[in-house]
Amino acid sequence: MGVTLTDAAAKHVNNFLAKRGKGIGLRLGVRTSGCSGMAYKLEFVDAVNEDDLVFETAGVKVVVDAKSLPYLDGMELDFAREGLNEGFKFNNPNVKDQCGCGESFNV
Amino acid sequence: MALFQIAEPGESAAPHEHKLAIGIDLGTTNSLVATVRSGLAVCLNDEHGRPLLPSVVRYHADGSAEVGYEAQKNQTVDPRHTIVSVKRFMGRGLADIAHIEAMPYDFVETPGMVKLRTHAGVKSPVEISAEILKGLKARAEAALFGEHGGDLVGAVITVPAYFDDAQRQATKDAARLAGLNVLRLLNEPTAAAIAYGLDNAAEGVYAVYDLGGGTFDISILRLSKGVFEVLATGGDSALGGDDFDHRIYCWVVEQARLQPLAPEDARLLMMRCREAKEFLTLNPEAPITARLSTNEMVDLKLDVPTFAAITQTLVSKTLQPVKKALRDTGLHPDEIKGVVMVGGATRMPQIQKAVGDFFRQEPLTNLDPDKVVALGAATQANLLVGNKTGKDDWLLLDVIPLSLGLETMGGLTEKVIPRNATIPTARAQEFTTFKDGQTAMAIHVVQGEREMVADCRSLARFELRGIPPMVAGAARIRVTFQVDADGLLSVSAREQTTGVESSVMVKPSYGLSDEEIAGMLQDSLTHAKDDAMARALRESQVEAERMIEATEAALAEDAHLLNAAEQEKIRASMAKLRAAAAGDNRRAINIAMDDLGFETQEFAHRRMDQSIRKVLSGRKVDEIRMGEER
Repeated sequence: MGVTLTDAAAKHVNNFLAKRGKGIGLRLGVRTSGCSGMAYKLEFVDAVNEDDLVFETAGVKVVVDAKSLPYLDGMELDFAREGLNEGFKFNNPNVKDQCGCGESFNV
Repeated sequence: MALFQIAEPGESAAPHEHKLAIGIDLGTTNSLVATVRSGLAVCLNDEHGRPLLPSVVRYHADGSAEVGYEAQKNQTVDPRHTIVSVKRFMGRGLADIAHIEAMPYDFVETPGMVKLRTHAGVKSPVEISAEILKGLKARAEAALFGEHGGDLVGAVITVPAYFDDAQRQATKDAARLAGLNVLRLLNEPTAAAIAYGLDNAAEGVYAVYDLGGGTFDISILRLSKGVFEVLATGGDSALGGDDFDHRIYCWVVEQARLQPLAPEDARLLMMRCREAKEFLTLNPEAPITARLSTNEMVDLKLDVPTFAAITQTLVSKTLQPVKKALRDTGLHPDEIKGVVMVGGATRMPQIQKAVGDFFRQEPLTNLDPDKVVALGAATQANLLVGNKTGKDDWLLLDVIPLSLGLETMGGLTEKVIPRNATIPTARAQEFTTFKDGQTAMAIHVVQGEREMVADCRSLARFELRGIPPMVAGAARIRVTFQVDADGLLSVSAREQTTGVESSVMVKPSYGLSDEEIAGMLQDSLTHAKDDAMARALRESQVEAERMIEATEAALAEDAHLLNAAEQEKIRASMAKLRAAAAGDNRRAINIAMDDLGFETQEFAHRRMDQSIRKVLSGRKVDEIRMGEER
């Protein structure tokens, strides 16, 4: 199943990568921290590690490390605007509950 | 659900620990706020998608303040309580402000900074600027945190390179009042260079020509190996797009033969003039129409050649500091690799042409001249709070625009930190006492290039007390000048033997006009010769004073060594010297000094004999082996 990007998200990722001038794609991941247990990682990728899985979605290379994949499988990354704020949004079917702000979550 | 930004590899922030910082371009006409999102500097727009916030504040009778477009819309309705271009008043006294007669405000002369009487009470420019900053802060918080709330780590706020310490301090105070943590103040042209330098990463020497609403700055920068160095700065803190509006306004008043106007009409007409100026950027002709409160109709057409003609002096006025800054670097226009245009006023075709002609190249305009400064400030803010950028880190060197020094005997300037020294910096110099038994020293800190203190700007005065009584010239007083990264100065003085110390943070005294600041550098060149002569004269006068002082002290002690006639001769010679020293004929002073020296020669011999006799009396010859031991 893996991870997918919406067209809006892909467009912005490609734009940011182009402006940054280097990098091969986008890394998604989780780590254990935060008020509800897990926190997302969203980073540029300069190098792929051994235990990484690479997806190609909407023309963007998405890199997820093997340990993170169970928490992210089936997830869709969107780009959204909320009032003046804008940024990437994780639509993750694995999440059972999350902290008020949504920056960390539980599966 | 939170919204995420893309971080550098390995730099994902822990939840609730995003280090969010903003860059603010606090402009005379318009202000902007920017931040770095997913590695990219972007301006934050308001809810209508507009990046600019007009730097206009309107006060209501209930004490509330309205900022930006709303306030701007009402400026013709309520000009007295709607403050535009408040940046011009920052750190300024009433006497310093240009075109005061054309302003509708109720100024209150207060010591230090001018204040304005409004519906909501008497407001200082710092408070008014804080309203603008609060507006930008609210916008940034809405854009960065949404409804979740959060804290900004800090802000980088830009100021014109020519802002003196008073104006910088006022800007910092305004930020504090708005609840912003100032990471640092950054010179506007330097911020623009950051925006361009990082995007283009091209090495070489660049000129940044920044004609904003109310200030003009020229900076010559060297970019090499990711390091920015400011080679020279110059400018005019009272010249900008507003002045072009004012020129059109004067032209309209003249053409339409208008009587003196009511504040509302003046403001309305000024707005029409600004619109015409902007219209002429892309069109050959601009209509200026307005119905005044007297029911008079203004209906004129301004074409590009006329506009260029009536603003020609303003355009060439910007080129003088450009030439000066370039001369400071010892470079020719050909050696400038690129010219960066900053500020909305650089959209005017006659400006682009004049700058292009001077540097013999097309100026760079590929970034929005209104946004460049804010984008650079955001980039710097992002770096200062410790976010990695994915590009090589760079170091930023700034310079001080005018030499810093202190007053020495006779009103002469002793420069401690020379102009164009990179900051932060600290320099120390030793000074000594002028009179026997002097126990205190007044330290007068000045800024400027001229030789005489009277021609420089006075920044601060303080006293060092508790110097142990010693003969003149024996005390060693170390004066240290320190300039921090924001360009703010602190001065300390320390007597070396006792360690008594005194210091001052420069909270400068005001009272120098904008033109004068810009003119100071010009003057230092045009008056270089006069200054050298004035300095020589003062040095002679000080030397004469010292000589009279010493002679009098000697007479008081040892007058008995002289007969009445001899005493009379010395006193006459002293009187002559005193008279000469009061005048400005240096030759006469020197001759009188030689005279007094001659007349007192015999006296000096006798005093010396007397003291040797004192030392020798009552001692045996073998105790005094001249030339050996002691």
